[in-house]
Amino acid sequence: MYPREFDYVAPASLDEAFGALGDDSKVMSGGMSLLPLMKMRLFSPATVVDIGRIPGLDAIEDSGDHISVGALVRHADTATSDLIKANAAALATAASLTGDVQVRNRGTTCGSLAHADVAADQPAAVIALGATMFAQSASGTREIAASDFFVDAMTSALRSDEILTGIRFPKAGPGEGSAYDKLGRRGGRSDYAVAGVAAWVKKSNGSIEDARVAVTGVGTKPTLAAGVAEALIGSDGSDAAVKSAAEKAIDGITVLEDLYGSVEYKSHLAKVYVARAVKAALANAG
Amino acid sequence: MTIGVFGTSVKRTEDPALIRGQGLFVDDIKRDNEAAAAFVRSPFAHAKITSIDKSAAEALPGVQAVYTADDVRSLGPLLAQVPIGKLRPLLADGVVKHVGEAVAMVVADNAATARDGADAVFVDYDPLKVVVDPEYAATNEALVHDDLESNIIHTWEEGDAEAVQALADREDTVVTSVKMVNQRLIPTAIEPRGVLAEWQHGYDRVTLHSTTQQPHAVAGALALTFGLPGVSSARVIAPEVGGGFGRGLNVYAEEMLAVFASRELGRPVRWIETRSEASKSTTHGRGWAATATIVSEPDGNFLAYSLVGVADMGAYSQNFSVAIPVLGQFTMPGQYKWDAIYWKMDCVHTHTPTVDAYRGAGRPETSFYVERAVDTAARDLGMDPIELRKKNFFQPEDFPAATLIGMSMDSGDYGGNLDVLVEKADIAGLRAMQETARAEGRYFGVGIATFVEACGLAPSGFADAGVSWAGYGLPSAFNESAVVRVHPDASVTVVTGTGPTGQGHETVWSQIASDRLGIPMERITVVHGDTKDTPMGIGTGGSRSAAVGGVAVAIAADRTKEKAAKVAAHLLEASEEDIVFADNGAHVAGSPDKNVPWTDIAATAYQPHKMPEGMEAGLDMTAFFDPSNLTWPYGSHVAVVEVDPETGDVELLKYVAVDDCGNIINPMIVGGQLHGGITQGIGQALLEAAVFDDEGTLITSTLTDYPIPTATDVPSFDLHKTTTPTDANPLGVKGIGEAGTIVSTPTIVNAVVDALSPLGIKHIEMPLRPRRVWEAMQEARA
Ligand SMILES: Cc1cc2nc3c(=O)[nH]c(=O)nc-3n(C[C@H](O)[C@H](O)[C@H](O)COP(=O)(O)OP(=O)(O)OC[C@H]3O[C@@H](n4cnc5c(N)ncnc54)[C@H](O)[C@@H]3O)c2cc1C
Repeated sequence: MYPREFDYVAPASLDEAFGALGDDSKVMSGGMSLLPLMKMRLFSPATVVDIGRIPGLDAIEDSGDHISVGALVRHADTATSDLIKANAAALATAASLTGDVQVRNRGTTCGSLAHADVAADQPAAVIALGATMFAQSASGTREIAASDFFVDAMTSALRSDEILTGIRFPKAGPGEGSAYDKLGRRGGRSDYAVAGVAAWVKKSNGSIEDARVAVTGVGTKPTLAAGVAEALIGSDGSDAAVKSAAEKAIDGITVLEDLYGSVEYKSHLAKVYVARAVKAALANAG
Repeated sequence: MTIGVFGTSVKRTEDPALIRGQGLFVDDIKRDNEAAAAFVRSPFAHAKITSIDKSAAEALPGVQAVYTADDVRSLGPLLAQVPIGKLRPLLADGVVKHVGEAVAMVVADNAATARDGADAVFVDYDPLKVVVDPEYAATNEALVHDDLESNIIHTWEEGDAEAVQALADREDTVVTSVKMVNQRLIPTAIEPRGVLAEWQHGYDRVTLHSTTQQPHAVAGALALTFGLPGVSSARVIAPEVGGGFGRGLNVYAEEMLAVFASRELGRPVRWIETRSEASKSTTHGRGWAATATIVSEPDGNFLAYSLVGVADMGAYSQNFSVAIPVLGQFTMPGQYKWDAIYWKMDCVHTHTPTVDAYRGAGRPETSFYVERAVDTAARDLGMDPIELRKKNFFQPEDFPAATLIGMSMDSGDYGGNLDVLVEKADIAGLRAMQETARAEGRYFGVGIATFVEACGLAPSGFADAGVSWAGYGLPSAFNESAVVRVHPDASVTVVTGTGPTGQGHETVWSQIASDRLGIPMERITVVHGDTKDTPMGIGTGGSRSAAVGGVAVAIAADRTKEKAAKVAAHLLEASEEDIVFADNGAHVAGSPDKNVPWTDIAATAYQPHKMPEGMEAGLDMTAFFDPSNLTWPYGSHVAVVEVDPETGDVELLKYVAVDDCGNIINPMIVGGQLHGGITQGIGQALLEAAVFDDEGTLITSTLTDYPIPTATDVPSFDLHKTTTPTDANPLGVKGIGEAGTIVSTPTIVNAVVDALSPLGIKHIEMPLRPRRVWEAMQEARA
């Protein structure tokens, strides 16, 4: 498989990278999605800007009440970071269930988010965690809420001159917990999500004080399931309450049929996995 | 120093190079002044080609030539061993018949430019009516090829339909009938196909490196296609090849076309298939829709079995084509005694890629049908599926066992083998677990399937029935040859006609030679896959290599040793009958301390003046082996699964297998074949399917949408054996290459159906992806 001819640049700094980016360029981080698409000639950018050698983008940082994840943090790092596991189990789990070992060792969390595949795992997690995305360009940095970041199938809010330099999300406070679960295309939790759900909850005094739930795989983009959260908030978090909230899993989502499921099946799965993810998040919240 | 003892797990000698990435595959072999080919392939399943505009491609710098049907028509269609049905034109000639059919070939200075050139060829198509479904094809409502009278190109029929019907009509019999699809699969070898063609102008000879499993057949096809003086002018080399699974048991248009381009351009021409190209240009497997019917007495005594359906051949016949179902016919009755059987299979063309051999080739299909039907009959009869099988098996005293399909099965103790499974897998314990699970509302299933397969193609007489390379100008039985050559320094070259694609023949063949000669394996080199080295070879497929090719090695080694014994007797001043080979040399029986080393024997054998009067120099023997029968490996497998009641997701918890492949040469390699084979069969049961839409577009053309199982998708297999040697060959080996694939598919489906039987579910079509299982559960619950 040979891509069309293209220029390759590997800038040593962000400024240099911004200089190389143009209308017909693509940022490359891990290359796990970009390169196959180029080889199949579905993408044929004139220039590939490999950000892999820019120093300082590969850190997972504890900044007091927040955690930030840089553009070059690999899925494997996200999955195994004690900081992320303790504070954002949904993201650690989603990263651990992304692809196979090779993909997790090369691909990046930010690359997966920028790629915005309809069935990707980590986008759901960052929405549920209420993350902020940093879209940087020569003209400055835009902060985009994760829930606004995913626009359509394979389309994020990033402009072609921007690099997603990192994301940031709050640490887990008392009573807070999150989880991610999915049915994978190969069965079990393996491969892209047929339906995947990330849930974040905050418990206090025996009831759910706050919640965010995001669904991936079933529609054109990972989406905040606002109706579920609304139903959960103020409830006691009992199995019955969770089950009834889960009924709202696809409110506002246009569920699409594909090889892996009919509209009916995927709608059903979304509900099943909302219930499973919320229960797991409640358990994680201690 | 390793004396390769028969029956021991010697480590694979091919692995150090392969694991370090030093193995030489087609794409590792480089030539000066190479050109590269790329193909323009049809996006339509059936369409008239109204125009082809090559000008933009020809104008690209680096593009050397753009060829279409006009350039290659005179070479004729692609040859096939069984030329029944429509043969494939080398390039589509005015009309395309499947998505992915090659319409034009672009040759350029490098592969990237060739690809650019292929993208710059503009073809206009006028779409025509598409026939995708084989059952629809069989109705002949629309023809796949308008110059053929029927889409049904051949019908296999055997047995007595009336006798089966008469038994079914008897009032006291129970009739179990299940219609099932054995879906079309895409053989996915890790190395895509590839060729490197070198026409030697001046000599008018050709050398072709190819990822084939049958180099001699390809050489024969080249000689005929290009009008060479004979096959001796065509040399075909299969270097290291990354997997076969039957896709290499073929002769392909790209092999002919690369040679054509090399002849035209006077340059070596390389073509390496891409993965998504492979899904449409390489042969597919399976693709049956059939109804299996069992007639039994209420006590479970089997009376009759029939299997009637259609087999999809795709748009064009290649290599074995309609002969694949007949390999299934051999084992169609399973391991059971019937009073009457009937088998009828219509082979049909459809507007899809060619279907041919895929691991098991016909036998996984028929085994699937009989084993699913037996499990269903057990349910209908209210009997335990193990007891029902044992009641109807051929018994040890029945062997050699004649089947109603006209075969004679060599040896077996089917009940004994199943008993071992019952004990090793603790079936009683599993049933107890199932009871507990069911009480908790969980869907826990225990599925058993047993099988017998037919391997070791073939006794010479089969050549008259078409088991030959006569279609490629080489009328030859499916025998195998070997040369064992002891050099003057007592190192050994073993030459084989088998074409390994990862099976470990280098190890096992040198193990056999070492075992026979008493020369350490380190001093033995196995040469394979080059038509220049072997008098005649058929290749690797149908689990035949050890039972035919390996036996030829043993016989050639024995012949060489016979001569060496004469030389040793001369050196030891003893008589030949008293010579014993041991410790890398020979001695007279009873006096092991006076040993002549192999080096002395070999050196003497190349110096006639030191040899017995009248003896000719050399230690080099050839053997051809013609087996007296097919071999009939068998076994019993069990899978334990749990189905998620909410999602339909199937979790495979445990897999236990008891296989009988006769004598075992290398247990580790047998285990490896089983691991791969079982996993591949699980792929068919749970994951894989070549899916076409109504327009004939393959919508599973990448590995993203065509998931194949990997090591992480399966549990650790628990493997056991029984040993019933065959008398069809002197090594007593039967074959193991396909066993796992043949039986694991029905084993898994039986387990899932068993898990869901409380819902009254009797069958779910494969692959048992969560979606399908959930839909079946929903329907059953409604
Ligand atoms: C075999 C396989 C299995 C997979 N399975 C899964 C799975 O189960 N679940 C799942 O979610 N995903 C899966 N994936 C997808 C994988 O997660 C993505 O390929 C990967 O995460 C993308 O990250 P990357 O760093 O490799 O991005 P790249 O491939 O380098 O880029 C992907 C896209 O994002 C853009 N991009 C990348 N980084 C940035 C950035 N910092 N700023 C702006 N734009 C950027 C690129 O321009 C490109 O358009 C699988 C992929 C493969 C190959």
